[in-house]
Amino acid sequence: MSAFEAAAGYDRQSWDRRPVAVHAAGGLGSKRIIVAYGFWIFLLSDIIMFSAFFATYAVLVGATAGGPSGRELFNLNNVAIETACLLLSSFTCGIASIGARMQRGIWFYGAMAATGILGAAFLFIEVHEFVGMVARDAGPTRSAFLSAFFTLVGCHGLHVTAGLLWLLTMMAQVFAKGYRADILRRVLCFGLFWHTLDIIWVAIFTVVYLMGVWQ
Amino acid sequence: MLGKLSWAAIPFNQPIPLAAAAVVGLVIVGVLAWITLKGWLPYLWQEWITSVDHKRIGIMYMLLALVMLLRGFTDAIMMRSQQALAFHSDGYLPPEHYDQIFSAHGTLMIFFVAMPFVIGLMNLVMPLQLGIRDVAFPTLNSVSFWLTATGALLVNVSLVVGEFARTGWLPFPPLSEIAYSPGVGVDYYLWSLQISGVGTVLTGVNFVTTVLKIHAPGMTYLRMPVFCWTTLAANLLIVAAFPILTATLAMLLLDRYLGFHFFTNEAGGNMMMFMNLIWAWGHPEVYILILPAFGVFSEVISTFSGKSLFGYRSMVMATMAICLLSFTVWLHHFFTMGAGADVNAVFGITSAIIAVPTGVKIFNWLFTMYGGRLVYSQSLLWSIGFMVTFVIGGMTGVLLAVPPADFVLHNSLFLVAHFHNVIIGGVLFGAFAGYTFWFPKAFGFRLHEGLGKAAFWCWIIGFYVAFMPLYVLGLMGMTRRMQHYDVPAWRPWLLIAACGAVIILAGIILQIVQLVVSIRRREELRDKTGDPWNGRSLEWATSSPPPAFNFAVLPHVEGRDAYWAIKQRARQTKPGAEPAYTDIEMPRNSATGFVCAFFATFLGFALIWHIWWMAIVAAVGAYATFVVFAWRDRTEYIIPAEEVARIDRANRSARGEALLPMGATP
Amino acid sequence: MSNSGWERDSLYPDSAPGDESLLGQDDSEAVGSYLIGLGLATLLTIVSFFLAISGTTLVWAPSIPVALIVLAIAQMGVHIVFFLHITTGPDNVNNVLALAFGVLIVLLLLAGSLWIMANMNHNMMPMDQIMQMRH
Repeated sequence: MSAFEAAAGYDRQSWDRRPVAVHAAGGLGSKRIIVAYGFWIFLLSDIIMFSAFFATYAVLVGATAGGPSGRELFNLNNVAIETACLLLSSFTCGIASIGARMQRGIWFYGAMAATGILGAAFLFIEVHEFVGMVARDAGPTRSAFLSAFFTLVGCHGLHVTAGLLWLLTMMAQVFAKGYRADILRRVLCFGLFWHTLDIIWVAIFTVVYLMGVWQ
Repeated sequence: MLGKLSWAAIPFNQPIPLAAAAVVGLVIVGVLAWITLKGWLPYLWQEWITSVDHKRIGIMYMLLALVMLLRGFTDAIMMRSQQALAFHSDGYLPPEHYDQIFSAHGTLMIFFVAMPFVIGLMNLVMPLQLGIRDVAFPTLNSVSFWLTATGALLVNVSLVVGEFARTGWLPFPPLSEIAYSPGVGVDYYLWSLQISGVGTVLTGVNFVTTVLKIHAPGMTYLRMPVFCWTTLAANLLIVAAFPILTATLAMLLLDRYLGFHFFTNEAGGNMMMFMNLIWAWGHPEVYILILPAFGVFSEVISTFSGKSLFGYRSMVMATMAICLLSFTVWLHHFFTMGAGADVNAVFGITSAIIAVPTGVKIFNWLFTMYGGRLVYSQSLLWSIGFMVTFVIGGMTGVLLAVPPADFVLHNSLFLVAHFHNVIIGGVLFGAFAGYTFWFPKAFGFRLHEGLGKAAFWCWIIGFYVAFMPLYVLGLMGMTRRMQHYDVPAWRPWLLIAACGAVIILAGIILQIVQLVVSIRRREELRDKTGDPWNGRSLEWATSSPPPAFNFAVLPHVEGRDAYWAIKQRARQTKPGAEPAYTDIEMPRNSATGFVCAFFATFLGFALIWHIWWMAIVAAVGAYATFVVFAWRDRTEYIIPAEEVARIDRANRSARGEALLPMGATP
Repeated sequence: MSNSGWERDSLYPDSAPGDESLLGQDDSEAVGSYLIGLGLATLLTIVSFFLAISGTTLVWAPSIPVALIVLAIAQMGVHIVFFLHITTGPDNVNNVLALAFGVLIVLLLLAGSLWIMANMNHNMMPMDQIMQMRH
């Protein structure tokens, strides 16, 4: 019998088709589903918030007010490195979630640390880019385009920062309390969050950087 | 040290806000003193403030809404009286003050009356109707409530310390930009809404997860009461729309605080984008308000007609259709901004289409009543009043949806009359219907019927007297938000409208009296069985008020109108043997919500007044609260089976006695 | 209880989003999912960068923005399938529906805003000209 059949109650003798109280309150299995689904819905709300910033960016992308445009400002080498960092960190995050499920410390801590280092590298490059732009009088107060750019990309960066804080908290909690069910639920949510950030980055590097530079 | 804050922030030289602040201050101090002297603080802290019980949180939401209704209505009376007086005169409210009043009126009514009321009703009722013990995330529920309360508090603090926005309830740039609103008013508005917006989104996540993932055994989606479907639809809209509000207000905040140029006049800003985004939120928002009210009416009408709701599946489809269509109409709020005929035509057509599912619902309610045995309780009166009033409001809405008509009527009093027609006739009447319907469930005694009916008649007559003249005035060309005017033809209509406001005031006074009288006579009005209206859905299967765990044993559901079916079976058969009681795990109370909101209040206040050190401390405090919550080891407590049994036996015997006269076998 | 399509079939418990689907793989395949996802995403990223930067004549130039968007959507799909394990099985119906709802709203907001604002900007006088009219 597969895991699915066991979860679906196929071990019962009769083909009793009375509905199973799969989601009555309580129960370890259903709590994981409830928490993860709730977080999934929250992530969708976050994606919609990002799309409001995307829409604003798209509308204001030409409003450079005589100042610099994307083509003059963006360094695509940095963007490529940032993309590689984030994509790899998504991969290591996946490994970490396997490690958590199998409760193997080396996999979990190692992969989480790798995720954190890659995320920090991403942030470092991004902050460096922002500081450079401000120094060249291309800060967010220069024009509507730059306001939109800094807000959209900066919001993503803030989310990555929050994610790193969360990552460290997760490592600390597993270290302090072990692979308890509620902590594993949070690790699952963290994974959802981190992968979603990479999905949003795909949109950012395509719409902001690649399309900004292409002509 | 204290940023922009100074003694000049308190309006010592303006008598009206000063007097209002003094009165409110005295009332608050008085209430706090009374509570403390009576020794109720420990009880309130343990049973209400730190409660994560959806029923308690729902009641607190509704209490917040009712208190804010009084403040919002006071603003309304001031506006009506100003307009009645200000013919060839300045009236008694200077323009700077009048502008703050209509801005506060709209902000409070939408965000801190209507939203908390419907969220409170959904909180109280939805888990009971689904046959479950609590929502998906109880502590988050408490956080949501307290953050909403923080938002309300900040708006009210602006009366005393500083000023409120003068931009109207939606702060259109460039007026709301720092160049043209350099004071703290718009900041009060923005931070108050950002903070309470977090709470609202969390509620959306909570309720969507609850409705989709947690039911009693046997309660498939198509066996849920319609109120739960409207809860689902409204909360999907919250999850989808509020992030847009958060983003848009954040962009305005960035413009004001950090000199960004999203919506400014200079450097390429585009204020039309603000309008576009804010209404992309704003239109779903009104559906967030009305859908739960529709759900309330479905429950009330079917209960007091003694019949199943007519056309259940079409109701569900209409609800979900409204949910999706509400994201396709938002441009009708700014037809006149210049998008052109093509765009206007498309959105005009979608706005007309969205009226159709609502029409389906009205017909379903009518067919539910037709052939039923009607009991004209106060709740049913509110529902019938809604059907008439909302249809009129809806028709004027479809009229406004025609772009050429809107070009004449946009921002006139016709528009004001339309949205008050649908919000009062729809949301507020629905709130009152729900309030009178579920009050016994929440508190264990009914509200006085006679006073309730008198209040209803004052409200509905007052509403028509106050707002029908506004339609006429709009057609005569009077613009909204006028502090004074000099067109003689308008005067009589404004006087009539002011009388209408006074009639509504009588209605509100009657409602307050009703509450006081009902509390005093609560033994006479006691609901002994938990089922005062011969209800159809599962909330009526619990005692009034229900125990903390709602149901001793989760009910097994086999069809729609689950409790009705249970009652029919109970009448026909001997009452079943006692169920097998087991221990019940319940979530622990938590101070997280209150403490988080405490820090959020200071964070908001500090950001408004540019007190940066206080902002940092408060932000760290809020984050620390969250971390402390995340490190909890014991999140639940157990109610032993014997305790469950004791509570449930008392309820079963009370019900058994009550069913005897109806012919049940003893 | 018959299953008429609308009724939720409670014999199929749901999968938590992010968890591997109940209908299938055992542990050894889990890493494989992430590896395939990484590989495909890398490939798509390289193609995107190549199209945008290199000024290539392999592809008709005006189609490149569309191609970039298609590649981005493909990459998002790779993430959703291989990293988030969202499948089309009955245990993932709620997860897919929620995602579809979110995507629909995003599309309505983006398409609607772009269309509306394009028309606005075309019809309305630019702000700097309006400001000059003040004097």
